[in-house]
Amino acid sequence: MHIPDGFINAGTSVGAAGVALGTMGVAVRRTRDVLGERQVPLAALTAAFIFAVQMLNFPVASGTSGHLLGGVLAAVLVGPWTGAICVAVVLAVQGLLFADGGLSALGLNVVNMSLVGAVGGYLVFRAIRRLLPDNLVGTEVAAGVAAFLSVPMAAAAFTLEFAIGGNADVAWGDVALAMVGTHVLIGIGEGVITAMAVGAVLASRPDLVHAVDGAAPPLEIRPHEVAR
Amino acid sequence: MATATSVRSGRTLWLVGLLVAVALAVLVSFYASSQPDGLEKVAGDEGFLASAEDHDLADSPLADYGVRGIDDDRLSVGLAGLAGVAVTLAAGGGLLWLVRRRDDGSTTADPV
Repeated sequence: MHIPDGFINAGTSVGAAGVALGTMGVAVRRTRDVLGERQVPLAALTAAFIFAVQMLNFPVASGTSGHLLGGVLAAVLVGPWTGAICVAVVLAVQGLLFADGGLSALGLNVVNMSLVGAVGGYLVFRAIRRLLPDNLVGTEVAAGVAAFLSVPMAAAAFTLEFAIGGNADVAWGDVALAMVGTHVLIGIGEGVITAMAVGAVLASRPDLVHAVDGAAPPLEIRPHEVAR
Repeated sequence: MATATSVRSGRTLWLVGLLVAVALAVLVSFYASSQPDGLEKVAGDEGFLASAEDHDLADSPLADYGVRGIDDDRLSVGLAGLAGVAVTLAAGGGLLWLVRRRDDGSTTADPV
C-alpha cells in the first residue's frame, strides 16, 4: 500500500502533502486536548507496534501479500487523531529510514493510511459500534469489521489519486476494480489482527482503551489552559 | 475526571506490548511473505509498475528492512526491525510528548 515515487504526478503529490499537513495540524490540536501525560507511552508503543506488525507481510492470494495498515487499531486504542499521528510517524520512519514509500509520496501515503485509514476507519468503527451490544465484545467486533473495511477504503483513496494524477496511461476504472478487489482480501487480515490486538488489550486493561473510555466523552468543564 | 484511573499507568501492559512488538520485528519478520504487496501486484497487473522510480534513499544503511553489510538475512532483517521499533517508539513518544495535554500543573502551558 506504500506508494513509491513516480506513480502519481508532482502536482497531485503536493496537493496530497497539503491535505496531509492539514490533517496533522488538526491531529496535533485535537491531541493537545485529550492526550494526558500518562497516555503518551501507550500511544508511542502503539506506533512502534504498528511498525513491527507492518513488517509482517502475509500471503493473501497467488503472488500477493499484504500487511497491517493499523489505522483502526491505533484509532480504537488511542483515539482517531492521536492514532493518525501514530500512523504518520510510522510512515515517516519507513520512508526516511527504510526506503519504504517514496518521499515525494509521503503526503499521499499519509492521506491514504492516516487520514482515510485511521480517522475514516474510526468513523466506520463508531457507526458499527452503535449497532452492536454495548460490551467489550461489541467493541472488539466493531474494531475488526472497521479495520477490514478501512483497507479497501485506503485502496479506493489511492485509486482516486491515480485517477487525478496517475503518471501511467492506464484506465482508472480497471485500477479501481483491481485495487479494491485485492485489498478486500488484505482487509480480512487487517480485521483479524486488529480484533485480536484490541481484544488482548481489552482483556487486560479495558480502561486504557480510548474507544471504551473516551469515544464520546461527556461534556467536561475544564478551565481553559492556564499556567499554574 | 480520569485521575482515579490514570494512576494505573498500565506498565505491565506496556512492557508486554513492547516485548511482543520487538519479538515480531526481530524474530518473526524473517518469515514475512516477500511476494509483492497489493499495490505492487495491481501495478504489475494493470501495467503501471514501470512508472515507479527508485527511492531517493535506496542506498541508505537500512533500506528495504536490512542492515547494509550484514549478510546473514535473519540477523539483518532482525536488527533492522529492532532499529525501526526503537526509532518509532522514540520519535512517536517525543512528538506526542510535545503535543500532550498540559493540565497536570507540572508544566507550563503553551502560550497558544
